Amino acid sequence: MAQVGYLPKEKEKAFFETLSKNALVYVPCLEGDTVIFRPFSPERTLCFERSANIPPKTIIFPQSETLFSFDYKKNADDPQKTAIKLETNQEYPDVIIFGARPCDAKGFKIFDRVFMDTDTPDTYYKDRREKTVIVTISCESPSAGCFCTAVGGGPADKEGSDAIITELEKGYFIEPVTEKGKAIIKEPFIEDGSPYQKEAVERQKAANDMLKNPFSTDLTKISPSLFNSDEFWEQVVSKCISCGACTYLCPTCYCFNITDEQAVNKGERIRSWDACMFFHYTLEASGHNPRPTKFQRFKNRVGHKFVYYPEKYNGVIACCGCGRCIRYCPVSVDISEIVGYLRGSGIEPLKGPSKDGANAG
Amino acid sequence: MPVKNPYLPELVTIQKIIDETPNIKSYQVVFNDLEKMKNFSFQPGQVGQLSVFGVGESTFVINSSPTRMDYLQFSVMKAGEVTAAIHDLYVGDQIGLRAPLGNWFPYEVMKDKKILFIGGGIGLAPLRTLILFMLDNRANYKNITIIYGARTPPDLCYKDDLKEWESRSDVELVLTVDNEYPGWEKRIGFVPTVLNEVAPSPDDTVAITCGPPIMIKFVLQNLAKLKFRDEDVITTLERRMKCGIGLCGRCNIGSKYVCKDGPVFSLAQLKELPEE
Repeated sequence: MAQVGYLPKEKEKAFFETLSKNALVYVPCLEGDTVIFRPFSPERTLCFERSANIPPKTIIFPQSETLFSFDYKKNADDPQKTAIKLETNQEYPDVIIFGARPCDAKGFKIFDRVFMDTDTPDTYYKDRREKTVIVTISCESPSAGCFCTAVGGGPADKEGSDAIITELEKGYFIEPVTEKGKAIIKEPFIEDGSPYQKEAVERQKAANDMLKNPFSTDLTKISPSLFNSDEFWEQVVSKCISCGACTYLCPTCYCFNITDEQAVNKGERIRSWDACMFFHYTLEASGHNPRPTKFQRFKNRVGHKFVYYPEKYNGVIACCGCGRCIRYCPVSVDISEIVGYLRGSGIEPLKGPSKDGANAG
Repeated sequence: MPVKNPYLPELVTIQKIIDETPNIKSYQVVFNDLEKMKNFSFQPGQVGQLSVFGVGESTFVINSSPTRMDYLQFSVMKAGEVTAAIHDLYVGDQIGLRAPLGNWFPYEVMKDKKILFIGGGIGLAPLRTLILFMLDNRANYKNITIIYGARTPPDLCYKDDLKEWESRSDVELVLTVDNEYPGWEKRIGFVPTVLNEVAPSPDDTVAITCGPPIMIKFVLQNLAKLKFRDEDVITTLERRMKCGIGLCGRCNIGSKYVCKDGPVFSLAQLKELPEE
């Protein structure tokens, strides 16, 4: 049995159709100008050329999901009495995410530590995660803003992947990483990949050399005096409009809100994405807000990824360097520039207007 | 064994409602499932999430004592949507409960020490659980002093407890209100000021304080002036919480989550956290 596999491009659709018989296969699809993960169907236009606009975290950690439903049932004999019935539904299908980027796969590992490696695991995330196989495509051409190598990743990094594929001229080279990944190369249409191994490794190396590295990686510590300087944060974040796009598009951002929705006697408790960049996120019922200003919220976001999470998890940075928050920020806030400066790059981030002219709130 | 769903509340029924102050009510609840009531255990200082299904969830300390398990008590000050909805409930109504959550008072290290409680307003709730716990294990602790204040006499919580503690010879209770009030003959003044007047010795003493942020701020300053060591000063923090299990992100201070790593912190631990 071959250790590595090869899928010829002309058999790509047939392969996905076969896989789709037993699992929900998510692939990056082109919709207008946007690349987004959708369940495979032959009519869709697949797009492996560039990183998806929206990371595949939505598949395991949906933007909104029902935690349970509740039902107030009136007692027919005694209308004064009401019973409450709670119901959960955590039946999830087997899922294959095909064509995630190494940064996206690494993002799931950053989730896993928080949602699974704890004494109170998040069963919704865990159940979905355990039923998911992640097949990653190694990056051929990094996009503007990518900086995965600065946070310990790379265009062919295997962390979080069950298998990693590399696009070659006429097909895909497939290298299993986990047991789940080994099952993939036993699927129909997969040939022995060993003749293609050399070509794949060369391609991976070429991509690695193309990446920018905005942090000097030997400097692992963030300057505490700068990190604790309100003035620094006020300046670098003054242009931020608190839209939250950076958090929603981030493969490692997992903040969420829990709300109830009810109609008549029935309703649901719903978990939805939240964003630490929003004023209301930390606002208390008393009116007190521990992070009332934009710069405090931004500091917490950067702090969480580059200081607090590493403190908790053996120095692991909670950023996968995918660059989405840089590419899609409407006002071009660049986290790699800011963290680079905090780590002593010597290159000052582009400053916004001074405190007087800034919308500090 | 399947992993427990951490978001699914247990159903509990309200057995008794006590009007503590004009805007604070205490709720005594029991699990609908009596087996669960029997098996439930918690530590003094741990919190629970109360659910009004259709409105939402909020975090409250379990202010009854683990030594008295006939019911669990929560005190709710009307402030936001969930607390307003809880205030609309009646005896017999069912609500959801996720508990116990968070850490607890380090009562083991307080053994054989003098205990100083300093509370303000609804801040007496987390102290109450520990006070009751200590009174039920009275031999384990030396002098117990309670300094408690509120804006006006009607704003004092747990009036029955206060009466009992006042009558006990093994508890020193110091009550204060912010301003003069008809019929009030005890102390007048803010809690931090009264703390200075009482001027307890820091020797062999652990101070535990909870109250409005402004009160805590000045109590901590005054305890430092009285030469209390940071390790011997314990407080509880409040933050907006949702998940209660250290995931949803909003209650963090640096790498610590108030819901899971707290709510109980010593002043020494707080000084390690980044300023916000």
